[in-house]
Amino acid sequence: MTATRIARRELSRLRPLDVLRVGSLGLRARRVRTILTAVGIAIGISAMVAVLGITASEDAQVQAELDALGPNLLEVIEGDSITGDDILFPVEAAGMIERIGPIRFAAQVAPVPASVRRTEFIPTGQTGGIAVLAADTDLLAPVGATISEGTFLNDSSTALPHVVLGSVAADRLGVRSLDNRPVVFLTDTYFDVVGILDPIALAPDLDRSAFIGATIAAELFDADLSPTSIYVEAADGRVDDIRPLIGPTIRPHAPDEVVVTRPSDAIEAREVTSDSFRSLLLGLGAVALLVGGVGIANVMVISVLERQGEIGVRRALGATRRHIRLQFVVEAALLSLLGGLAGVALGAGITVAYANREQSVVAIPIEALALGVGAALGIGALAGLYPAARAARLDPAEAVRPN
Amino acid sequence: MNDSRVTPVLRLDGVEKSYPGSPPVHALAGVDLEIRTGELVAIVGPSGSGKSTMLNMMGALDRPTAGSVWVEGRNLSTLSDRRVSSLRGRRIGFVFQQFHLIGGISCVDNVATGLLYQGVLGRGRKAAAIEMLERVGLGHRLSNKPNQLSGGERQRVAIARALLGDPAIVLADEPTGNLDSRTSTEIIDLMHELHEQGSTIVVITHDRELAASMPRTVALLDGRVEHDSALATR
Ligand SMILES: Nc1ncnc2c1ncn2[C@@H]1O[C@H](COP(=O)(O)OP(=O)(O)OP(=O)(O)O)[C@@H](O)[C@H]1O
Ligand SMILES: [Mg+2]
Repeated sequence: MTATRIARRELSRLRPLDVLRVGSLGLRARRVRTILTAVGIAIGISAMVAVLGITASEDAQVQAELDALGPNLLEVIEGDSITGDDILFPVEAAGMIERIGPIRFAAQVAPVPASVRRTEFIPTGQTGGIAVLAADTDLLAPVGATISEGTFLNDSSTALPHVVLGSVAADRLGVRSLDNRPVVFLTDTYFDVVGILDPIALAPDLDRSAFIGATIAAELFDADLSPTSIYVEAADGRVDDIRPLIGPTIRPHAPDEVVVTRPSDAIEAREVTSDSFRSLLLGLGAVALLVGGVGIANVMVISVLERQGEIGVRRALGATRRHIRLQFVVEAALLSLLGGLAGVALGAGITVAYANREQSVVAIPIEALALGVGAALGIGALAGLYPAARAARLDPAEAVRPN
Repeated sequence: MNDSRVTPVLRLDGVEKSYPGSPPVHALAGVDLEIRTGELVAIVGPSGSGKSTMLNMMGALDRPTAGSVWVEGRNLSTLSDRRVSSLRGRRIGFVFQQFHLIGGISCVDNVATGLLYQGVLGRGRKAAAIEMLERVGLGHRLSNKPNQLSGGERQRVAIARALLGDPAIVLADEPTGNLDSRTSTEIIDLMHELHEQGSTIVVITHDRELAASMPRTVALLDGRVEHDSALATR
């Protein structure tokens, strides 16, 4: 019974599960305080997660739009003429570009000197700003356009008085559907409306246009068919190869007068605008986390002071300094984790709400959630170090003394 | 009855305790004392005479400035803080005037804390705690929280916690100090009962009458043993 040494198995120990139990006890006993203290961390984490989520959602949205609209589209237009003369692209420009190499489609539009009105009784001046264009029959693919109703022009109809309306043009002309075989009046001839297009995100100019076949354009309106815009869809990943070759191909003597733009660049550029907003939110989140961490440390110091009796009694019941330190570090970490979990949920909610408002896809990276939870745990444990050290340093005799 | 060949449960050997200051306080000024297995001892003395200080020394909650404390033959001054903590947890039970129950958890959980740091599994702790609560007459208050109990009931819970794990000695610092006289009598009766069942108990009390009912009384004055009934009768 009276061995003068203390065997190893007689040393105090605390099972891992009991560490969690003991560490959560103070939180369960003071719920309101627990919730109020966790709020700071929750706000900080939610800001962080929301920023990461919104960023990822925006990226995904841009990517989705790019994928849908063709990141491979190039638009070729006239630049400034060095000589001051009109620049005339060759009538065969689209065909010439197609021969460059890895190109899926090339199609062109040429202006037609014609007015377009709903009927002959509408005064000539009121054309609604609608341009008449002679279009290649394969125009839709490279610009990513889709037909809302009817059909587009085809090879057998380029000589017929058929017209296809862009979405805005149809709207302005009051053509809502093809049900009653609508017609429009081009300068002096009625054309059948055979198709209406959906809005074209990559080439909004085309929305305000009326398309007719090249043959009839030349016949009826003396159009010269020299294109003002050529739409080129490169093969995947070949845009940068093709781009510099277009100018020399269609205008060998003055390639600089050819401007080649990439409409999807404008969509990608949209990301840049929200960067400062993002940094602001991230900064606010970091400040909230810092304040939240200090708040936890503060509350834990108070808690240690209030719970001197408990600490003394635990020491009397065999707890070592390490056990006491562990209890309070775990308590702080759990407190912060609680805030972190709430923050992650809130941040995900904000992301979803934002995406819904912007009609964007929702993408919440799993890393953001893990980061949020991890950061909360880390901050909590860090904030608990000092209060826990104070608790562990308490002299047991001092701690149990009536005060 | 005092067989000197048997190691005492507890021995104080010229124990001194001073607190620095100007002037320094000599709370204990050289105390020699032995407690043997199965004893029930009352510690009396005026306020400030060093009773609590001595009890803390006995229970290894505090270390003496000079002299040595022996628990079951182990000299505490040779042990690390970790080992002293382990010894406290296993061999010594404490009861305090202000109960020091842990708020927010049930009586059973409070009592079970007595085995928490000995690595006993939760279920075993709980079973032992329930048994001990029944032994102190609280079998009907198992799941109540401390703030739902009367002072006397709280002190019974604290006593159950101290008894868990079968300590070599139970040290009680004015266990009846916060209780009315009837409840105090009940608690002291419980102490007598436990003593009869074999527990070794040291109780600090201000109540001379209570002390007189104990088999042995040690009186302190100015940090010294003024009177020890065990020595006086020899
Ligand atoms: N931490 C401390 N610092 C300074 N002096 C202390 C400290 N603890 C106790 N003392 C002093 O030591 C002396 C003995 O104190 P102790 O608490 O042991 O007395 P006590 O006999 O238990 O008194 P009471 O009956 O009032 O509880 C007192 O004078 C007290 O002021
Ligand atoms: Mg005292």
